[in-house]
Amino acid sequence: MASGVKPRVKVPKTAAAGEAITIKTLISHKMESGQRKDKEGNVIPRSIINRFTCEFNGEMVIDVTMEPAISTNPYFQFEATVPEAGEFVFTWYDDDGSVYDEKKTIEIA
Amino acid sequence: GNWARLAAQQSLSQDQLLEFETFGNISLIHVTDIHAQLKPIYFREPEINLGIGDARGQMPHVTGAAFRKAYGIEDGSPSAYALTYNDFAALAKTYGRVGGLDRVSTVINAIRADRPDALLLDGGDTWHGSYTCYQTAGQDMVNVMNALKPDAMTFHWEFTLGSDRVNEIVEGLPFAALGQNIFDAEWDEPAELFKPYKFFDRGGAKVAVIGQAFPYMPIANPGWMFPEYSFGIRDENMQAMVDEVRDAGADVVVVLSHNGFDVDKKMAGRVQGIDVILSGHTHDALPEPVLVGKTHIIASGSNGKFVSRVDLDVRDGQMMGLKHKLIPIFSDVIAPDPAITALIDEQRAPYETTLREVIGKTDSLLYRRGNFNGTWDDLICDALLSEREADIAMSPGVRWGPSILPGQEITREDIWNVTSMTYPNAYRTEMTGEFIHVILEDVGDNLFNPDPYYQQGGDMVRVGGLGYRIDVTKPQGQRISEMTLLKTGEPIDPSKTYVVAGWASVNEGTEGPPVWDVVENHIRNLGTVTVQENTSVDVVGA
Amino acid sequence: LGLGAAFLTIMPLRANAAAEDAIAAFTGGADVADGGVTLTAPEIAENGNTVPIEVSAPGAASILIVAAGNPEPGVATFNFGPLAAAQAASTRIRLAGTQDVIAVAKMADGSFAKASATVKVTIGGCGG
Ligand SMILES: [Mn+2]
Ligand SMILES: [Mn+2]
Repeated sequence: MASGVKPRVKVPKTAAAGEAITIKTLISHKMESGQRKDKEGNVIPRSIINRFTCEFNGEMVIDVTMEPAISTNPYFQFEATVPEAGEFVFTWYDDDGSVYDEKKTIEIA
Repeated sequence: GNWARLAAQQSLSQDQLLEFETFGNISLIHVTDIHAQLKPIYFREPEINLGIGDARGQMPHVTGAAFRKAYGIEDGSPSAYALTYNDFAALAKTYGRVGGLDRVSTVINAIRADRPDALLLDGGDTWHGSYTCYQTAGQDMVNVMNALKPDAMTFHWEFTLGSDRVNEIVEGLPFAALGQNIFDAEWDEPAELFKPYKFFDRGGAKVAVIGQAFPYMPIANPGWMFPEYSFGIRDENMQAMVDEVRDAGADVVVVLSHNGFDVDKKMAGRVQGIDVILSGHTHDALPEPVLVGKTHIIASGSNGKFVSRVDLDVRDGQMMGLKHKLIPIFSDVIAPDPAITALIDEQRAPYETTLREVIGKTDSLLYRRGNFNGTWDDLICDALLSEREADIAMSPGVRWGPSILPGQEITREDIWNVTSMTYPNAYRTEMTGEFIHVILEDVGDNLFNPDPYYQQGGDMVRVGGLGYRIDVTKPQGQRISEMTLLKTGEPIDPSKTYVVAGWASVNEGTEGPPVWDVVENHIRNLGTVTVQENTSVDVVGA
Repeated sequence: LGLGAAFLTIMPLRANAAAEDAIAAFTGGADVADGGVTLTAPEIAENGNTVPIEVSAPGAASILIVAAGNPEPGVATFNFGPLAAAQAASTRIRLAGTQDVIAVAKMADGSFAKASATVKVTIGGCGG
């Protein structure tokens, strides 16, 4: 597992039923592109987050496949519909097989 | 000559400079790009200020006789001296220095006597550009500006104090720090410390002042000094803010901008509902507003040389009329405000001996303002070439820095006035001919791209030891040709390596002595400075 | 003016063949119309290593982002699920130099639409 990988998300605590909310996510990750060379001239192997998903109560909001051109500390912002109270699950998939996740509950106000 | 001096004495009086029949119900006072010039200075306006694409031949891209003709300004008149470059040294002897924040204070006080609740708006580039400003990390300017009681401010060079210092000062400011385009870089949200706008109740109307900081801060200046912040033009957000203040009952919308003039013109055409843009950054001084649709754009010069007064007639949620005067601050004509003089002297007192030390003398007029090298730039490049033993010198195309008249002594303060910054290291490095070409093309496009949103509002990088031809009408990659190493007369070889000295690198960890030491040593060695005419840049397509 | 920026490509990068290949793989060679997609990017990148972009294509099933001048032009593909309140997303991308960023949307009916934006990556410096 890559070290120092830390996901963070911003989700409102409450929403009206059926409301569209804005979600922002960040994960600390160096996103090594596989195109850089070290001081000896050897290619530094690619090591990136290659997929990110957001689901709400088991239903998909967004599913992103990522290439090395995504910046260090991948950031996403998108909009989700909140039909009922429940839980958002955010999942990041690392090239090295690691999977990181974060969960946020939301109430209906 | 004698006639000019006589005419000058007759025609110039404080009353006349301030004469203004109060109009409407709201007054705005605009100052911008003071660059820490507390005291009166000389400042020569540009000789070359090229407009590209739609801006070709349009204000403010008109200089000299064409500028005077456009505004009906007589040759040799006070306005000619204040607004154009011709006969600068002679006219400077007739009309004297300009600026000084104690004189600016007198003008502000006079406007406030007419209209006590006039809004004073500072367009930024205030806490940068002098010895004392550097030594006090901006505190001298903060102290003096606070005494003038501004109502709002926006920003550019201030951020080169580093975000910790900027945050510290802004948290204590007794007025609004505005920038709708100042964002938190991590979450892409409006930065908490800087508000997008502020409402003022004036003359029975609701005035919204929206701030627009310099959009390209992390590009033109070292982004590593303020990594928490992101800027950009952010048109959509500007429109959203205009709509928001209108919905909240704004009768008139004023944008306090540090976009630069051409960017403001384009923005005025894209964002609907702005009544007045108080423009800064490009240091243009225009005696009349430029109208884009219904938006009036006001340009108020730099270095404390001008104050704009803008009176508005606002009724029933609409601007019915506007009256504007660009007031030149003739320091020998406008009486200083003694309280502010004392305050300025207090800021300078600990440094006065150092400031006044005479380093040398000049036989030539030293100035820096124009798309290509000025004589100050040539002198700085010569200093870099000789002190750093380089083939080629590069100096940034900044628009600040007062002028020095032929025959004047050059003090340490004068050197700092054209070099002071928080990343002053004079580097010495090797570059290939190809890379030097890439740099000139890159900077050239930042200046001559036909789309203002791709411009940064600076001038062409100044070079020493290098000649070149530039066709300003061509696209990036094709503007620069005939690069020549002046000391041999040979063409620059793309694959050959040259020793290049420069300063103001935006890269972290740049090494070298501070440029003011380099320039000081050079002037000391020369004793008396004489700058030869520079014909090494051949400009085509102007 | 940037010293030590020698590793950056400054000239505008032309779209390379790999970018066309990536788009063709996404569209299966179908026609791509202009319109219906909005791609927002800065005119000048504050930092070529982290350029914010925002894409929106109402009604799209998925959106492909391509950096046409990068040696590896692929950037990301956004697939929108039933709970996406808008077929829109923002992210930050790496650009090797001045170039066009292209967004291609696959609409619900299987048709394709695109938008592009030129982002300038500059060594910077200077200023008023
Ligand atoms: Mn300025
Ligand atoms: Mn500026």
